[in-house]
Amino acid sequence: MGSFAYFPHTEEDIRVMLERIGVKSLDDLYSDVPEEFIFKGEYELPVARSEEEVRAWFKALADKNTELKVFAGAGAYDHYTPSVIPYITSRSEFLTAYTPYQCEISQGTLRYIFEWQTMICSLTGLDVANASMYDGPTAAAEAMRMCVACTRKRNTVVASSGLLPNVLATLRTYARYSGINLVETWEVQEAVAEGTLDLAGVIVPSINKYGIIESHLGLADLVHEMGGLLVEYCDPSALAVVKSPAEWGADIAVGDGQSLGIPLCYGGPYVGFMACREQWMRKLPGRIVGQTADAEGHRAFVLTLQAREQHIRREKATSNICSNESLMALWCTVYLSLMGPEGMRKVNELCYAGSHYLHDQLLATGKFSDPFEGREFLKEFALQPLCDVKKLQQALLDAGFFGALETEEGFVTFCVTERRTRDEIDSLVKVVKEAAL
Amino acid sequence: MKYYDKLIFELSKPGRIGYSLPDAFEAACPSGACRPRQATLGLAASKETAAIWREAPLDLPEVSEPDVVRHYTNLSQMNFGVDTGFYPLGSCTMKYNPKINEEIVSQFNGLHPLQPEVTVKGAREVYEFMDKALAAITGMKHFTFLPCAGAHGELTGLMLMREYHISRGDLARTKVIVPDSAHGTNPASAAVCGLDIVVVKSKENGLVDVEDLKPLLGPEIAGIMMTNPNTLGLFERDIKEIAKLVHDCGGLLYYDGANMNPLLGKVRPGDMGFDIMHLNLHKTFSTPHGGGGPGSGPVGVAERIVPFLDIPKVSGFHGNFGVILRACAYILSLGRENVKLAGPLATLSANYIKESLKDCYRLPIPTVCKHEFVFDGLAEPNGVSTLDVAKRLLDYGFHAPTIYFPLLFHQAIMIEPTETESLETLDAFIDVMRTIAREAAEDPELLHGAPHNTPIGRPDETTAARQPILKYSKIIN
Repeated sequence: MGSFAYFPHTEEDIRVMLERIGVKSLDDLYSDVPEEFIFKGEYELPVARSEEEVRAWFKALADKNTELKVFAGAGAYDHYTPSVIPYITSRSEFLTAYTPYQCEISQGTLRYIFEWQTMICSLTGLDVANASMYDGPTAAAEAMRMCVACTRKRNTVVASSGLLPNVLATLRTYARYSGINLVETWEVQEAVAEGTLDLAGVIVPSINKYGIIESHLGLADLVHEMGGLLVEYCDPSALAVVKSPAEWGADIAVGDGQSLGIPLCYGGPYVGFMACREQWMRKLPGRIVGQTADAEGHRAFVLTLQAREQHIRREKATSNICSNESLMALWCTVYLSLMGPEGMRKVNELCYAGSHYLHDQLLATGKFSDPFEGREFLKEFALQPLCDVKKLQQALLDAGFFGALETEEGFVTFCVTERRTRDEIDSLVKVVKEAAL
Repeated sequence: MKYYDKLIFELSKPGRIGYSLPDAFEAACPSGACRPRQATLGLAASKETAAIWREAPLDLPEVSEPDVVRHYTNLSQMNFGVDTGFYPLGSCTMKYNPKINEEIVSQFNGLHPLQPEVTVKGAREVYEFMDKALAAITGMKHFTFLPCAGAHGELTGLMLMREYHISRGDLARTKVIVPDSAHGTNPASAAVCGLDIVVVKSKENGLVDVEDLKPLLGPEIAGIMMTNPNTLGLFERDIKEIAKLVHDCGGLLYYDGANMNPLLGKVRPGDMGFDIMHLNLHKTFSTPHGGGGPGSGPVGVAERIVPFLDIPKVSGFHGNFGVILRACAYILSLGRENVKLAGPLATLSANYIKESLKDCYRLPIPTVCKHEFVFDGLAEPNGVSTLDVAKRLLDYGFHAPTIYFPLLFHQAIMIEPTETESLETLDAFIDVMRTIAREAAEDPELLHGAPHNTPIGRPDETTAARQPILKYSKIIN
């Protein structure tokens, strides 16, 4: 005892405590566990490592990874992280707090969630946002369930085939167990217009998996006419410049906050967001922070509308989300504060300039054609390869680039964020040009 | 803690910026193929393309970098974390979050989740290590790391339960049994998974009533969700019989790992007959809770469920890798020798507090507890509620325990101290709890008005729910 840094107990402490309890040994504290269930073997775990050894262990693992210049997106974007963000989010008052159940000593958490909700409402143009979801794909799945809950008894949700593959996969999973009839199609307007579905909702991407900025002109009216809700899946960074869900007439907006300065970190933690029109506020899953005052009139923030939540509704709950991604919501909130409206516009302009430059340079190599000529894109685009895709990908990897993700339909996608310099783009193009593909 | 009233929007002044971005390079484009920047982003010539660009103003704060740093530093100082002080929040396992766990993460930040396997060998090794380590600790066979939180793990686990029955053509199994003492997420997860809930009662002694369970079992039962020790901190000692009964009727046993901490190093769910379980890495494995996430809720399964493990695609990529890394560092630091002490020391702390306070607080179930236990309010309330006690604790610099849960008692105070608190801290908490009991007898008004020393007093929650103000713009409108 007393030999491990995280356990403060000395031999003497343990003796005093056992005496107060009135038992002789630590083993006696498990007298209620049937003997056969007490584990007596040796755990197949390594022996304890010192801090330096732990450091070295991870350094060795990190060295086995190859850091590449990322020219890929597909739901995870290599945007820059301002130095301020990890500095703020690693403050232990934020980092080591639980969910803000005791509001009097959690005003820090509650206030940043309120700010996050406000910023998500600004980006989406919608009225109400929640405190966060796990990630974009699960937020989309919750939106699908919410459509069914809002329209009662209606059970069909139409999802655009243009949604990212991981969003569609997650929708399929949730639909399967919830008994929701999920219809995937490229022809969303047509499917809805037929009017034969018991339509609960429609989910479309703001920017599709080929990077094309979609037009949803007239879709909201049509969906509403058929009695459903319109959900838009968006890249929140892009919302600074592309038409917002509210402008398209959507009822619910969801997406992944990762593009707001969260590192790629091999896929997580990221953060989902969800916003809706006021009409559906009481069906919104997850936690919501509201403003009120204490007895002395101090502005105060609390978790509110909790009658919707599982700890009260239990088996009637439409969602089971409890812990969400609070700290990552803080991450995005600090990001949006630093960027402001001008920074957000500038990031998108840099992405636009870089991606269009790469797009045109790649076409000029003669190794691709443009299957979507004339369609607007922002930072990600798809090309039809006129060469061997596997060889292309390998040539890029060998040169330290990650790009040319192959889609189901045989296109390849590239993505350029503001982190990619002109030199990097030029050397990628050079690789493509010179490689025997 | 001092009161700080600003919101970031109130610091905004047009023209200020907090970012630092490079200049665009479009002018240097040699081929002339790069489009001029002026033609971008809504300023395009044709009306048709212009229609896809945003016209609505973007309402975000305009603040400088120092403004941002000071604002969020001030906000943080109205918060209480494990590093601030004792946080005996029941069922939440607020143990110390080691700092080495934080340090090692950033060297993995640059990995894109879709990178080919050969370029992420180190990251894959972390998953392999964790799969083996968690299997060793729990007695399960393999884990999936996709779930991002405990409730997400529950949902995933129930999906696996359904897949198992579906694979056997056993389609009638649509009901899941949940004890009345269960975490609220259990029935909610079952509902989201399309299962109906059947509640099994607890006995006077707080344990699942096996006699009440028997008639509930049958061909419609998919399984039972158990928390062991349960939310009263009591070990379900009839687990062997329960496992046999449920298995005999064709159902599976699900283990809610929210309360795994006292069993760490002592008892393995797999040995008790559980088929599927989740762990909360942000509880048992010391990763910080971040004010409500990110967590990680890996799901482990017994051999016969392994074939289904990869079926439910429940999140975007590979789960919360950054959280899994931290838990990995924790396991390496603990090692096989210290893992054996974690559960027993947590159990020691809980029993010590229980025995030290049972004369002033009502202890409905006096038996030995595991990592947590539940008081049912003050022994002599004198009109003082559990809420009053909780709020008064804040004045004394402690976080409050979980209150009004489990629902079995009306004035529940659920205390979980964990293994990382010293005897001195526990004694200080015990002293304060005794002081509060004394104050309740002498000056109940003092407690009704608590807290007195926090940045705000008790807020008006009724107005917050009746006239919701959920974003800043509502204030100005």
